Amino acid sequence: MKILVPVKRVIDYNVKPRVKADGTGVDLANVKMSMNPFDEIAVEEAIRLKEAGKAEEIIAISVGPTKAQETLRTALAMGADRAILVETDAEVEPLAVAKILKAIVAEENPGLVILGKQAIDDDSNQTGQMLAALLGRPQGTFASKVEIDGDSVAVTREVDGGLETVKLSLPAIVTTDLRLNEPRYASLPNIMKAKKKQLDVKSPADYGVDITPRLKTLKVSEPPVRSAGIKVADVDALVAKLKEMGVA
Amino acid sequence: MKTLVWVEHDNASVKDATLAVVTAASKLGEVHLLVAGSGCRAVADEAAKIAGVGKVHLADNAAYEHGLAENVAPLVAELMGHHDAFVVPATTTGKNIAPRVAALLDVMQISDILSVEGDKTFTRPIYAGNAIATVESSDAKLVITVRGTAFAKAEPTGGSGVVEDVSGAGDAGLSSFVGAELAKSERPELTSAKIIVSGGRALKDGETFEQIIMPLADKLGAAVGASRAAVDAGYVPNDYQVGQTGKIVAPEVYIAVGISGAIQHLAGMKDSKTIIAINKDEDAPIFQVADIGLVADLFTAVPDLTGKL
Repeated sequence: MKILVPVKRVIDYNVKPRVKADGTGVDLANVKMSMNPFDEIAVEEAIRLKEAGKAEEIIAISVGPTKAQETLRTALAMGADRAILVETDAEVEPLAVAKILKAIVAEENPGLVILGKQAIDDDSNQTGQMLAALLGRPQGTFASKVEIDGDSVAVTREVDGGLETVKLSLPAIVTTDLRLNEPRYASLPNIMKAKKKQLDVKSPADYGVDITPRLKTLKVSEPPVRSAGIKVADVDALVAKLKEMGVA
Repeated sequence: MKTLVWVEHDNASVKDATLAVVTAASKLGEVHLLVAGSGCRAVADEAAKIAGVGKVHLADNAAYEHGLAENVAPLVAELMGHHDAFVVPATTTGKNIAPRVAALLDVMQISDILSVEGDKTFTRPIYAGNAIATVESSDAKLVITVRGTAFAKAEPTGGSGVVEDVSGAGDAGLSSFVGAELAKSERPELTSAKIIVSGGRALKDGETFEQIIMPLADKLGAAVGASRAAVDAGYVPNDYQVGQTGKIVAPEVYIAVGISGAIQHLAGMKDSKTIIAINKDEDAPIFQVADIGLVADLFTAVPDLTGKL
């Protein structure tokens, strides 16, 4: 079985995003970029399934600018076998990404597509579910455990009330949550080896997908700022404050 | 505009998350509801009493019992033939279903809205709430998830909606529900609690978390939350997590104990009315957003506080 793992190049999760002064977006010039953390978990899960003998080939995919090749090389260094970059400098919405992925699924026929549940830049949390809908296949979102058993997969999901397990017939779409695994670091020899792995560059047009955005961003602004309040000296002073507020 | 609101429920009663969504939908137009479940007529009757509600579509079918997206999305897509907007709470249920519906309708979803600025214009947080985007949709129909803390709750009574049965295709034959481990707690739910006591990695382990945090929460009648670090370390289950990718909360009072204040955590709680932080590191970023800070060792300060309340 093949596993497809879409990965996105995003602002590094340790960087505090700054809104551009002209209100057109977030300033990404000279900002450290990394693989979306949830996508790292997706790559790791695919590698573990391969190591467990449940999958033969892992294909990493990214839709984005030339520099997204770095993100794909990271996936290859972790253990993906080959990569496809669908290159575009445009901002591509989840619906269009899902359409591109659908076309790639038609070519590759994977048993599983594992995606991050959301990207930490646009925080949409949509692509996996949309891909599942377009393919007419089942979805196991916010996964904390994935167990393949014959022609089905059991996915334990992190839901608001706790955990829930669903059984999906393969092929299926899985989106990862934080507790699924802890992604490995790529070793130096593997980083070197990854440079030689196959990386194909395509365009959205190759897949016949119109990526024109459906949403227009009218402006991007700073959220209301919270200013630091006061510090109290000790527990007694805190108790007094809480009483003042009517909490205690 | 005719809106279709997803009613969040457990087949027995309407969940609170629904009420804020009704308020958001009412800013767009007429509010119709969808109750999809199994043996859930009582939910539809209860939902019909929510103030401002028109029609309540009731889809009662064993295939809808657990809200499996594969079964529910085609039902919603069909009902969207005569509605203009599908409006859903940004809960794990809503986030699972809405994008599947959006793709079936060939619509780009608008996630986690904070406000309704016009018929097709909304604000939503991006980059963990470090930026707010105002977006306008060009799609003929809208699919929207709503951040519950951003809208007032509609009155649960006073309405006189009419319940109408609808049927969908039922089981799509793609997925099945195996089981759930749902937390049972006497404490209030995180997303609707007035007071939250939240613990971080500094709590050391599950047992210490229990000993330090729970008595304070019980004294205040508060819900209990945690930072991602505390959940990852296994002190408490995943459903306690407050943050960018966990639960978004905005209680009257949020007490952060031993939480440093990573941006991902702040994204989940910075809209709380009053934030109180207890941390021994006076440079912890949490103090930059806290209204009241106490620099102290939590292992002595919190039991002391609990004792004095």
